[in-house]
Amino acid sequence: MENVIDFFSFSDPNVRYVTLGIIFIMACAAMVGTFTFLTKKSLLGDAIAHAVLPGICVGFMLAGTKNPFVLIPAAFAFGWLSLLCIDFITNKSRIKEDTAIGLVLSLFFAIGIFLLTIIQKNGNANQSGLDHFLFGKAAALVMGDIIAFSIVALLLMLLTLLFFKEFTLISFDKNFAISSGVPVRALEILQTGMIVLTVVIGIQAVGVVLMAAVLITPAAVARYWTDNIKTMLAIALLTGVFSGIAGAYLSYSAPNMPTGPWIVIFISTLALLSFFLSPKKGIINKILKQKRYKRQIQDENVLKTLYQLGEKTNQFFLSQQEASISDKRFFAKNILSNSLHRLMRNGFVTKQKNAWQLTDAGKLRGQRLVKIHRLWELYLTTYANIAPDHVHEDADTIEHFLTPELEAALEQQLNFPEKDPHQTIIPYQ
Amino acid sequence: MANIKLNIPALEIHDLTVAFDRKPVLWNIDLTLPQGKLVGIIGPNGAGKSTLIKSVMGLLPLSSGYVKLFDQDLATVRNKVSYVPQRNSVDWDFPVSVLDVVLMGRYAGLGLFKKIRPADKEMAMDCLRKVGMENFANRQISQLSGGQQQRTFLARSLAQQADVYFMDEPFAGVDAATEKTIIQLLQSMTQQGKTIIVVHHDLHAVTSYFDWLVMLNTRLVAHGATSEIFTRENLQHTYGGKLTLLSDVGELFKREELPNREM
Repeated sequence: MENVIDFFSFSDPNVRYVTLGIIFIMACAAMVGTFTFLTKKSLLGDAIAHAVLPGICVGFMLAGTKNPFVLIPAAFAFGWLSLLCIDFITNKSRIKEDTAIGLVLSLFFAIGIFLLTIIQKNGNANQSGLDHFLFGKAAALVMGDIIAFSIVALLLMLLTLLFFKEFTLISFDKNFAISSGVPVRALEILQTGMIVLTVVIGIQAVGVVLMAAVLITPAAVARYWTDNIKTMLAIALLTGVFSGIAGAYLSYSAPNMPTGPWIVIFISTLALLSFFLSPKKGIINKILKQKRYKRQIQDENVLKTLYQLGEKTNQFFLSQQEASISDKRFFAKNILSNSLHRLMRNGFVTKQKNAWQLTDAGKLRGQRLVKIHRLWELYLTTYANIAPDHVHEDADTIEHFLTPELEAALEQQLNFPEKDPHQTIIPYQ
Repeated sequence: MANIKLNIPALEIHDLTVAFDRKPVLWNIDLTLPQGKLVGIIGPNGAGKSTLIKSVMGLLPLSSGYVKLFDQDLATVRNKVSYVPQRNSVDWDFPVSVLDVVLMGRYAGLGLFKKIRPADKEMAMDCLRKVGMENFANRQISQLSGGQQQRTFLARSLAQQADVYFMDEPFAGVDAATEKTIIQLLQSMTQQGKTIIVVHHDLHAVTSYFDWLVMLNTRLVAHGATSEIFTRENLQHTYGGKLTLLSDVGELFKREELPNREM
């Protein structure tokens, strides 16, 4: 608890640096990542993140200290070099882009680890903490980093705002963008530069290995909750920044914990929650919807059976025992009883002394189901050339889900026929 | 941009060859199309119909030859030219609305750094009205049917207010009613002097739709007024498989990595 107060009062200047730095990084990553995600170039962020490690090492070797104004350009150069290699391999050989990314990513990373080992062996006191670039340590951020990050963050934010409509267009339909004269090539180079910059400032706090998750996951979370690209950008920003602060806090309260993994665990949890809970695309909603449909089918089948029992005697409001309903059409005992009670609550049937009878509304609904069933059978035999003994099952499903508009269209097209293919009367009002 | 004279051709293609992975898909195309016509590009699968309009739009590198629009390079007349890509060339699960897509037709004209103005929105709505999609303006694009997607693309193209339109299979996967709406719209546009060039995937209604035809099968078989060139003989040349030798030679170029032109 003390930790919480210490951290969130931001009285410790270190905490201020760390939190600010993380906010800048996560905001950049979410903004840039949204377009990477929409362009389906998620893997590219991963490649760049691994490829900048040798750049960091070379930068350190040149400067002799962890000066961000040397490290960032050096890392940028290597990130860019890796992209040129990927492009070269893809264009000049039969190797496809995903394989090229894999090749370049591992080679650059290997060189990075190699250089890192050399630096650590040679005993420069300033090198301590250079290995934080692997998994990230936000607590290692200093004032100089924060200044550099804020400049980069402002720059990226400005570029995203300025080119928002062009970036959107290129992500959606690149060929149209080229054909209409939008400078696609230049904007793509700019976009790639933005990814590289984001990765370069991000890895100190998040680490090379996990940078891709920080880029892509906020956008993936946001996509679950909206169909509007501006809202998506905003949600991605919030998700990223929130996870960043949470990760920084956890890493602060347990000093030996790297920040990167905590941030990634946080965003990934949000992604998992979205996967289950999103109102439109979430799994839980899909399951509930299927359950509702299943119930609707059961209830309507019971109504239809009651109506068909009435059809025999032309008396629709007679009381029926559960046993005689099951005789007409088999229902498992508890399913039938559940359905009947639900129908009673909704006013489609009433119960008198263990027997059930249709209400006016219940009869009407049963009749509509029977009508649609028979019309659909006739439609299939007439227009789709399907044999009369093959149409029943199809009609059994359609009857539950046909919209009133389609129902009217069906009646129109068949011109209100009297009988279905099995010579049964089709009931209208 | 000076006004365009009526007597110069809308499109002139000179000795155009285009190759994929060294295999030529278009050989030595020489073609001139007049202004104000509704032109159909027809030919079998793999004939290079889409490739032809993509290379005119500068989307593919040319192995040889050049393309002129209104006697100028594409770069100088780009704002007079509109392109409708194949409907399935984009991901329709993209988080934008129908109106957003149509507004994309205004971006290039607006230029970088400029915001969408109310006038652009009204223009976009007007284009949606022309294709009968005004009630779908705020609909998310993933909820559209194939015909509605096609009409959205068409509206985006109209919003460019061009003089020549290149459309890649605008009738693919479209219901009969939509096809009729689209063709009527295109015909009324040509009456206003616009030139419309359409890649068409089948032969039905060719004579009633197009007043000018380009018959293509890797090389140009014929081009001219539909009434003159839509003949049994030309159809046989286009679809009859007489050109398998040509495609065999193309395969050879690809397999042996031969240069498409003398070095």
